[in-house]
Amino acid sequence: MEIDRRGLLALLAGAAAVPLMPVRALAADPSDWTALLAEAKGQTVWFHAWGGGDQINDYIGWAAGEVKQRYGVTVEHVKVTDTANVVQTVLAEKSAGRTTGGSVDLVWINGENFAAMKREGLLQRRGWAESLPNFAFVDVAGKPTTRVDFTIPTDGLEAPWGMAQLVFFHDTATTPNPPRSAAEFLAYAKANPGRLAYPQPPDFMGSTFLKQILTETTSDPVRLARPVEAGDLEEVTRPLYAYLDDLHPHLWRSGRAYPQNVAALMQLLADDEIDVAFAFNPATASNDVENGVLPDSVRGYVFAGGTIGNTHFVAIPFNSGAAAGAMVFADFLMSPEAQARKADAVVWGDPTVLDVARLGEADRARFAGITRGVATPTAEELGTVLPEPHPSWMEAVETAWTARYGAT
Amino acid sequence: MGLRLFPVAVVLVLAGPVAAGLLGALLPAFGWLPALGGDALSLRPWQDLMATPGLGTAVLLALGTGLGSTVLALGAVLLFVAGFSGTRLFRRMGLAISPLLSLPHAAAAIGLAFLLSPSGWLFRLISPWATGFDRPPDLLIVHDPLGLMLMLGLAAKEVPFLWLMTLAALPQADPARAGRLAASLGYGRVTGFLLAVLPRLYPQIRLPVYAVVAFATSNVDVALVLGPTTPPPLGVMVLRLAADPDLAARFSASAAAVLQLGVTGLALGLWIGAERVAAALGRRLAGTGRRDHGDRLLAGLGAVMLLSAVAAVGLGLAGLALWSVAGPWRFPAVWPDRIDLGRWASALPMLVPPLVETAVIAVLSVAMALVLVVGTLRAGGAAGKVPALVYLPLLVPQVSFLFGLQILLLASGAGAGLGVVVAAHLVFVLPYVALSLADPWRALDPRFERVAAALGASPARIFWRIRLPMLARPLATAAAVGFAVSVGLYLPTVLIGAAGWRR
Repeated sequence: MEIDRRGLLALLAGAAAVPLMPVRALAADPSDWTALLAEAKGQTVWFHAWGGGDQINDYIGWAAGEVKQRYGVTVEHVKVTDTANVVQTVLAEKSAGRTTGGSVDLVWINGENFAAMKREGLLQRRGWAESLPNFAFVDVAGKPTTRVDFTIPTDGLEAPWGMAQLVFFHDTATTPNPPRSAAEFLAYAKANPGRLAYPQPPDFMGSTFLKQILTETTSDPVRLARPVEAGDLEEVTRPLYAYLDDLHPHLWRSGRAYPQNVAALMQLLADDEIDVAFAFNPATASNDVENGVLPDSVRGYVFAGGTIGNTHFVAIPFNSGAAAGAMVFADFLMSPEAQARKADAVVWGDPTVLDVARLGEADRARFAGITRGVATPTAEELGTVLPEPHPSWMEAVETAWTARYGAT
Repeated sequence: MGLRLFPVAVVLVLAGPVAAGLLGALLPAFGWLPALGGDALSLRPWQDLMATPGLGTAVLLALGTGLGSTVLALGAVLLFVAGFSGTRLFRRMGLAISPLLSLPHAAAAIGLAFLLSPSGWLFRLISPWATGFDRPPDLLIVHDPLGLMLMLGLAAKEVPFLWLMTLAALPQADPARAGRLAASLGYGRVTGFLLAVLPRLYPQIRLPVYAVVAFATSNVDVALVLGPTTPPPLGVMVLRLAADPDLAARFSASAAAVLQLGVTGLALGLWIGAERVAAALGRRLAGTGRRDHGDRLLAGLGAVMLLSAVAAVGLGLAGLALWSVAGPWRFPAVWPDRIDLGRWASALPMLVPPLVETAVIAVLSVAMALVLVVGTLRAGGAAGKVPALVYLPLLVPQVSFLFGLQILLLASGAGAGLGVVVAAHLVFVLPYVALSLADPWRALDPRFERVAAALGASPARIFWRIRLPMLARPLATAAAVGFAVSVGLYLPTVLIGAAGWRR
């Protein structure tokens, strides 16, 4: 439901793809890949995935075309605005006793929504993702978030698709020394009143910023990996609110209004209203630099002590009628070919979940040949990835944020 | 015969979804939604809603910005009509205002935001030479906590609608003769209009005015772009609660949707009360016999308000058009560094499917609305009576019943097909088509049909060969208004369509 100046044309456009229900449920066992391919052939996979990014939609369209041609699997991209609605649809189907032929075959998901689906038993009963052929190349050691989603073990119920990490952007011409830690961020705001901002929580990016600050300011970051327990919420989060109380008077508009999402935040950087913006896709700014929306001197960087990062996945609901087809598509999305294409800044610029060093020569060459994007940090520059806190922390913090700062 | 079925069909098509949607909001508001585990009635959702931070401010914002913007828009239109009707400026303004009706609210709002924000066009025009700003100043203009920007934005966008409705109703109030009479008694233009014409004009435009009150108090899309955010007005709050990953929030979101219904009802009640006061005041003014109440000043005020509304929306739109082809364009440059058609070139292929869908939805809903409205008017005889229920969707806050409809759709697991989206659009398109067509229908000189009947033409032949061709222009206008409404519908498409678009 967000609207911005440049995305307006898309807004004037209207409605949706039309899901028709396929009705069929079979074994879908990825350990017998040949049989699975045979089963998948001719199936139609209704892939519910956020549809707000043109590049992403294009990429999904390309991948759908490839699996159609190679495996005879039809993928229909249902462009959703809010994954929470997909969760609710599946939950409603479960309540209504619809155990086969559900309207969702595959969903793009992570974090709170995955936690909810797993908790409510809305996913495939058995783990399947780690039996997919291409899972062998996933960098489970170097990228532990490919198996632990916001501290929740994936148990093979979702297949890793891409990586995200909080990356900051600044104009090297006007802001040569941007803040590189929570403490420096605060100091910068005080020295340059009105020149820093963050999106209003519970917006995803706004919450991620709070996670970053929480992780950096709390005395015991390890505590964040476990669920909130009565009694320690106040103690763990107190430094965060002290920090925010200190920061807000020096923010853009003195903290009396907030950009509503990451697009609005990037627009403020483009309009020179703020000095630092941030996003979850390291390649976010590169395209804008390329087409002149941002100055060519804009570059990405991360905080010295590392930044919050996570993995996004695809998962299959329990009542999918095309689970085999969904697995074939999920496996293709994890393939070196599809992952390399996705990592190309010209295509999407979404970092890979694979361990490129373990790939064969030809596949390594695919990754060597991609465009990184002029403002995208290299893998080395991205540095340490800080883990996501357990979802219960953010629920508590988002509620408290709105009560403290969002309702003056 | 079959004609009688039309009013029934219209009521079903409109009241059906509205009633179902309200029910779909009402039941979860009291804890009943088995699909999400709510199977007992309770007040829990209301307790949760009451505990939502900033709820009181959100309600006040909805009331204040909604009523304030209606007063501004109506005041601008009436003062301008009073001061200038029949002049050349009046006709020219008409040409400039009408096309703005077709502009979606969200587009107008984004345009205004670009025009007025500290990094926007107005500041660029005067920077840095007059202001000394070589970077945008940190001024809270857009998203101001009092909602003043939101109020102005809503008012500017409501002016074209009230203008068209006023122009359509004006002939029946016979302003020229009443004006001449008032003038011959020595009354000024504005005072004469307010005392002699307005009492006959206002009842004709009362319904559109109520529609504006209802829309403005529950608006979401303009509020997202221009409105306060800490907290937002109530309509936006409903949407925020509905997007919460915690599914239990659906219950308090439903309660918020029902509360929105109450707030809009309260706003309409306040407005009706104010009508009474204004009428009494008018009678007292008439009784004093005073001929002039600063008429020139009032007329000038009307002109300034109307011109600023048109100029702001028009300039905002021009800004948007320029942005869509702008290369680098940074503060304080008044014009883009270069023109870059790359965005259009790369966006166009991607825009084709949604554009086609938009057009399909609009054409289908407008065609159905035209058939239903014409059938209903025909069934209503020469008087062209339309069931009052037709205007129901204009008075019920969109966010209230659309949210309920969404819950029903999700709970039924049916998903939203094209048919559902078209049906949702029809709910909003039909009232506007009826509003645009009803008056011209009644105004057609009955003697044409009488002559045709006297010459032996059957009622069907009279309808097809006389009435429809003679009403071709109003029909085309109604279709255009309906098309504009459909294309600009934001909430129904986002909430009911399986896909919205966002960045």
